[in-house]
Amino acid sequence: MLAAQVLINALVLGCLYACIAIGFSLVWGVLNVINLIHGSFIVLGAYLAWGLYQSLHISPWYALGIAAPAFFVLGYVIQRLILNRVITAPVLVTLTLTFGLDLILNNAMIYYFKADYRKLTLTPPMGSVSLFDVVVPIDRLIATASALALTGILYLILRRLRVGRAIIAVRLDRDAAMLMGVNVNSIYAIAFGLGAALAGCAGVLMALIFPISPLTSTAYLGKAFVVCVLGGLGSVSGALAGGILLALIEGIGSTLIGPAHATTLSFALLIVFLIVRPQGLLGRKGFE
Amino acid sequence: MTRSNFILLALVVGIAALPMFGGSYALRLGTIACMYGILALSWNVVGGLAGYPSFATAAFFGFGAYTAGVLLGKGVPLAVSVPAAGVFSFVLACLLGAALLRLRGHYFAIASLSLIEVFRELVNNATDLTGGGMGLNIPLTSTAGVMADATFFFYLMWGLLGGTALMVVVVAGSKLGFGLACIRQNETAANMIGLNTTLYKSVAFGLSACFVGAAGGVYAAWVHYIDPSDVFDILYSVKPIVMALIGGLGSPLGVLIGAFVYLGLEEVVWRNYIQIHSGVLGVLIVVLLLFLPHGLMSLRSRLLAWRPKRV
Repeated sequence: MLAAQVLINALVLGCLYACIAIGFSLVWGVLNVINLIHGSFIVLGAYLAWGLYQSLHISPWYALGIAAPAFFVLGYVIQRLILNRVITAPVLVTLTLTFGLDLILNNAMIYYFKADYRKLTLTPPMGSVSLFDVVVPIDRLIATASALALTGILYLILRRLRVGRAIIAVRLDRDAAMLMGVNVNSIYAIAFGLGAALAGCAGVLMALIFPISPLTSTAYLGKAFVVCVLGGLGSVSGALAGGILLALIEGIGSTLIGPAHATTLSFALLIVFLIVRPQGLLGRKGFE
Repeated sequence: MTRSNFILLALVVGIAALPMFGGSYALRLGTIACMYGILALSWNVVGGLAGYPSFATAAFFGFGAYTAGVLLGKGVPLAVSVPAAGVFSFVLACLLGAALLRLRGHYFAIASLSLIEVFRELVNNATDLTGGGMGLNIPLTSTAGVMADATFFFYLMWGLLGGTALMVVVVAGSKLGFGLACIRQNETAANMIGLNTTLYKSVAFGLSACFVGAAGGVYAAWVHYIDPSDVFDILYSVKPIVMALIGGLGSPLGVLIGAFVYLGLEEVVWRNYIQIHSGVLGVLIVVLLLFLPHGLMSLRSRLLAWRPKRV
C-alpha cells in the first residue's frame, strides 16, 4: 500500500510541478530567456490568494480568476518596458537582467510581507478522501485538478487560437514568422504575460498546499528548471511528463534514501539529463 | 604585456599600501575588495575569455570554504588548508568542466546554476563532516591581536588577488588565451582546425575555480564560521558577473575596476538602506544592463568617439 500511496502522491504533486514549470518553459521556448523572476511570481500569486482570503474571504478558486489577468498585465508590461530592450542579447545579459528584476520583486515582498512563513488555512477544512489505504487531502486534489485544467487551457490556447498559433510560429522560426506578418514583439510580450499569468495561478494553488514565504521562491524556480530539462522545452506534454517524473523520483527517493536527499537527487538528475539527453524526455533534437 | 595589463598589476600592487592609511574598517573593506577582485577576475577567464555564461562561482567558493574549513577543524595548518582548497577546486572543476562544458548557452547556464544547489544540498546533508545546516565553526588560526589578525588576512587575500591577476595576464598572453578567444568566436571552427576545445575549456574552468576556491578557504579562516546558505549563496555567482559588466566584459583591468566600483556601491547601499539593499542591487543591475551594456570601459571610447571604434 505504501507503493500506491507514493505513486498517488507523485501524480498529485507532479501535476502541480507541471503547472509551476509550464510558464517558465513557455518563456524559455518562445523568448529564449531564462526567466529567473518566475519563482517570485509564484510566491506573489500565493500572497495574492492569501491576502484575498484573509481580508475579503474570497476563496482561492475565485482568486485564480483575479490572478490570471493581473499577472498577465504585469508580465506584459515588464516584457514591453524592460526585457524587450535586451531580447536579442546573449543569455548572460538576459539571465542577469531577470535576476536583477527578481531581486527587486523578492526584496519588495520581504519588505511588505516579512520573511515569516504563512499558511492559507481554509475554514472549515476540506478533509481528505481515502480509498483502500491511500489517503489524499481534498484541497490538494482540487488544486491538482485546477493545475491540470490550467495546463489544458494553455494547450488549447496554443493549438486553437490565432495568437497561440503565432506564438508557436515564433518559437519555431522567428524570422519566418516575421516574414509572414506576425508582430514578433507583441507575441513576445503576450508569451511573457501568459508565462506570468501561469506563474501567478500556480502560486494561488501552491498557497493551498505549501507555506508561503518570499524565501521559497528559489525552490519553485529550481523545480521549474528540473521539470523543463527533464520533460523537454516548450511543449505542454513535456512539462507534464517532466513534472510527474520529477515528483516520482522525489517521492521514491525520499522513501528509499530519506527526504533530505530528494533535492540533491533531482538536481543531480538535471545535470545528467542535460549531458545525456538535453532535448528532454519528449523533446526533439535540434528543436530549441 | 599590454598597457592595460601593466596598469592591472600596478593597481594590485598599489592596494598593498592600504593598511598604512586606514583602521580596521579599511582593512575589512580592503579584504573584501581583494576577494571580489579574485572572484571577478576568475570569472572573466571562463565568462569573458571563453564566453561561457558560468554561474558556478558560488559553487567553488563554497567548496573551497568547506574544504579549508574542515581541514582547519581537523588541525591542519592554514598554510596547507588554503592551497589544498585551491588544488581540490581546480581538480574538481576540470573534471566537472569536461562534462558540463559540452553544453552551450542556456543549458550551460542552467547546469552551472544547478551545481550550486547540488553542492549546497550535499554539504547540508553531510552533517557528520560539515555540521550541515548548523554551520561549521573554524578554530582561530592565531592568538595575535585583532588588528594583527585583520592585517594578516588582508595580506593573505591580497596575495591571492596578486596570484589571480598574474594568472589572468599569463593566460591572456599564452596559447591558452588565444585558444579561448577562438572558442568564444566560433567553437565549431576552432574544433575543426584541430584545437582541443574540451581540454582548453576544462583547464579554463579549472583555473577560474582554483583561485575562487582558495579565496573561499581564506574567507572561511577569516570569518571563523560558515554555513551552507552563506557560502553557497547564488549572489557570489551573480556579483562577479555584475562587476564584469560594470567594468566591461573581457578586459581584466576593466573587470577589476568593476569589482572595486561595485564594492563601493554595495557598501554605500548597505550602510544607508539595509532593509532594501538587495532591491537596490537589483535596480543597479537592471539600469546597468539597459543603459551601459558594455561597461565603464566603453565610456572611454564613447567619449573619444572620433577615434575609430574597434569591431
